[in-house]
Amino acid sequence: MPGPGSRAPDIAFKWVAALAASMIIVLIVLVGWQLYAGSRMSLSKFGPSFLWSSEWDPVQDKYGALPFIFGTLVSSLLALLIAVPLGVATAIFLTELAPQKLRQPIVMAIEMLAAVPSVIFGLWGIFVLIPWLRDHLFVWLRHYFGFLPLFQGPIYGVSMLAAGIVVAIMILPIITSISREILRSVPNLQREAAYALGATRWEVLKIAVLSYARRGLFGAAVLGLGRALGETMAVTMVIGNRPQISASLFAPGYTLASVIANEFTEATSDLYLNSLFELGLVLMGVAIMVNIAAQVMLKSMTGSGPIKVN
Amino acid sequence: MAASPYLPTERFARWRKAKSTAVTCVLVLCALAVIAPLFLVIYFLIVHGSSSIDINFFTQLPKPTGEDGGGMANAIVGTMELLAMASIVGVPLGVLGGIYLAEYGSDKANDWLRFAADVLNGVPSIVWGMVVYLMLVVPFKTFSAYAGGVALGLMMVPLVMRTTEEVLILVPQSYREAALALGVARWKVIMVIVVRTALKGIATGVIVALARIAGETAPLLFTALGNNFWNHNLKEPIAALPLQIFAYAISPYDDWHRQAWAGALVLMALILALNITVRILSRDRTHNH
Amino acid sequence: MSTLPEAPSARASSDPIRVATTPNSAATAGLPVENEEVAFDIRNFSLWYGQRQALVDVTIKIPARKVTAIIGPSGCGKSTFLRALNRMHELTPGTRLEGSLRHFGSDLYGPGVEAVSIRRRVGMVFQKSNPFPTMSIAENVLVGLRLNGVRDKAVLQERLEKSLHMAALWDEVKDHLNRPGTSLSGGQQQRLCIARSLAVQPETLLMDEPCSALDPLATAKIEELIQTLRQEYTVVIVTHNMQQAARCSDRTAFFYMGKLIEFGNTRNMFTNPGNPQTEAYVSGRFG
Repeated sequence: MPGPGSRAPDIAFKWVAALAASMIIVLIVLVGWQLYAGSRMSLSKFGPSFLWSSEWDPVQDKYGALPFIFGTLVSSLLALLIAVPLGVATAIFLTELAPQKLRQPIVMAIEMLAAVPSVIFGLWGIFVLIPWLRDHLFVWLRHYFGFLPLFQGPIYGVSMLAAGIVVAIMILPIITSISREILRSVPNLQREAAYALGATRWEVLKIAVLSYARRGLFGAAVLGLGRALGETMAVTMVIGNRPQISASLFAPGYTLASVIANEFTEATSDLYLNSLFELGLVLMGVAIMVNIAAQVMLKSMTGSGPIKVN
Repeated sequence: MAASPYLPTERFARWRKAKSTAVTCVLVLCALAVIAPLFLVIYFLIVHGSSSIDINFFTQLPKPTGEDGGGMANAIVGTMELLAMASIVGVPLGVLGGIYLAEYGSDKANDWLRFAADVLNGVPSIVWGMVVYLMLVVPFKTFSAYAGGVALGLMMVPLVMRTTEEVLILVPQSYREAALALGVARWKVIMVIVVRTALKGIATGVIVALARIAGETAPLLFTALGNNFWNHNLKEPIAALPLQIFAYAISPYDDWHRQAWAGALVLMALILALNITVRILSRDRTHNH
Repeated sequence: MSTLPEAPSARASSDPIRVATTPNSAATAGLPVENEEVAFDIRNFSLWYGQRQALVDVTIKIPARKVTAIIGPSGCGKSTFLRALNRMHELTPGTRLEGSLRHFGSDLYGPGVEAVSIRRRVGMVFQKSNPFPTMSIAENVLVGLRLNGVRDKAVLQERLEKSLHMAALWDEVKDHLNRPGTSLSGGQQQRLCIARSLAVQPETLLMDEPCSALDPLATAKIEELIQTLRQEYTVVIVTHNMQQAARCSDRTAFFYMGKLIEFGNTRNMFTNPGNPQTEAYVSGRFG
């Protein structure tokens, strides 16, 4: 039996550890509270119309979030549109097709891609990707698909589509690695059942693998969306930073995260700064909800706790 | 031979096979497309970066455009200082939190804490910058190295906590029981036996977290702010590699662009070095068990 | 192999022409009749996983429209043998084989022969039931036909009923064909998998310990079902349960360490085995 003297430090240690663990909760509350506190002035001045007002005019001290919400959603969805098929296909390639010797190097390359910081993607985007998009891909798209409003208008290079492509590259690793985990959790018996019926490789993928894994793959896509929404630096560097709503993907845009990055230190009036905080509040609200949805989906898929995300 | 009904026609069988082959080809192309950006980024980093790196880059302060020989010495040191401060904030909180999860917490509480950690992980990094701005920059009326370190440190907490928990759980229960049976106090058992056994794993987790935050720019924009000179006081703004790369990349000057590439190459090398360290550490760990 | 005497049948099998049965009189009594139709004609068949040889020079003629049981201690190669019959082993990388394998006269491993078309003719049921969880009962049964391009509603409906009848499942599921296949009990799921294999009307059905995960009642149902299947199909069943082999098979093949030790009429094999190893195994002295 430990004496009373040895119990005190034990209890103290436990409380210190509990305090550290509860910091997680404290931090979430803190983040939410600070963003709310920082945006109180604009919340009371504009009310909910802040969300659908498209005016952003610091000179007249009028602020609305719509162009930024639009830019964030469009660039993120573009990124998903590119990254989900590529990422899932790569995951299929890695789990179902690739020879054992090829798997490890590819997985390592994808892990390295995940380690590249946002600002380096931005730098590369400005000086390598954008010139190529401007002179080749965009010209080609306008030539052949110019009948769509999406591919009309002047080409600057910096654009919604450029942002979508850069963000797609940045979320590819997470979508690929989670999809791979999901596909690996498909029991081999499912594949064998399909093969034993005389299915071709593609048919096995379709009836046994993908249909089994579809909910988890959807969760992977949603998690990718959560990442895409919050991407800041690379987007700021390639999207063109113009608060407008345009049908053309060649037109510049602006996102919640990038307007905060650009204008926060230049905010001259209190209302201006408050409005930027409210943009942050909107961004965090959406990102957290999307993240929670993804966690829940992935949890139900694997049954055994959330898949490791990092 | 007995004829089997419902045999597909020769043509249909060929069509199925062709479809399968086509899908296989598409999958291979997709995999190539996914790893291609990595090589394109690395290629241009090396091509543009290495031509701008010289001894000045590591020893000199940034110079105004047009002047030769500027460097990013202050930003390199600044990044190191920021990482050190982030560790001071993030590692104790993360490790102690992980200890709580692995050694004390009830299943239900742990589920919630893990969930909260994953949610916190999903908070966009720019939001951390805004929050720390209100916490540390506004009250002290100045951007500071401290604020930057805290912003990065808070981002580390959920990462370190989760990996610490994972490695502590791997420590065999018999170690704890053996020590407890000797009459050692529980906190000593945890610190001396459990944590020490798992030390390498915890260190690996910390380095993974450092690699993740080393390239973060957004949380530093309104905390550390950046600085063209040496930082002599942590209460003042400090330079960091990612901030400097950003500032130079969006500038209109060619010589600054070259410096940005050089900085990016150095930053990438730092992050790769951290990742390689992780690989070596975790390889040893798998060998030991 | 070194601890046990060389089996006569293994020696006999080195002769490619002869059937791999022992010359022993008791077992010879169970030899296939000369004019009996042969489903699988297998000669000098060997298979390797990388460096490890899993099957050694197997020569056997498996009769058509009969139930052939394959028994032997675990690791003896019986599952490998079964999976080679519809080329499922090819899903394991690094396998290599020698010898000839004919199914109703056509070479299973001939040039230009697709595994896909083999598996279409030689169906398989696994140890654990594996219905597709995202498909309904009806969709599970019909998926093979749909893959093969059958679109005719009337044909599909007819095959659905027939297959479920054959699998003795129709009465239990006819009122909720649209429920997910995984909503059924374990035994029902296994019968659903049998129905799924039967729907494409294969010539042969391979069963890899189909009852090992089932309770005795469900097992009895499947064994009963196997009895009715033999009227139309050739059935090859791997089992570790010797009572099961004795109850529901016509022929029994005993494998040991990758070799076919003895093959003959089931009744003879269990009452009067021609080989001391077989006798030791069926009487429960090892394995």
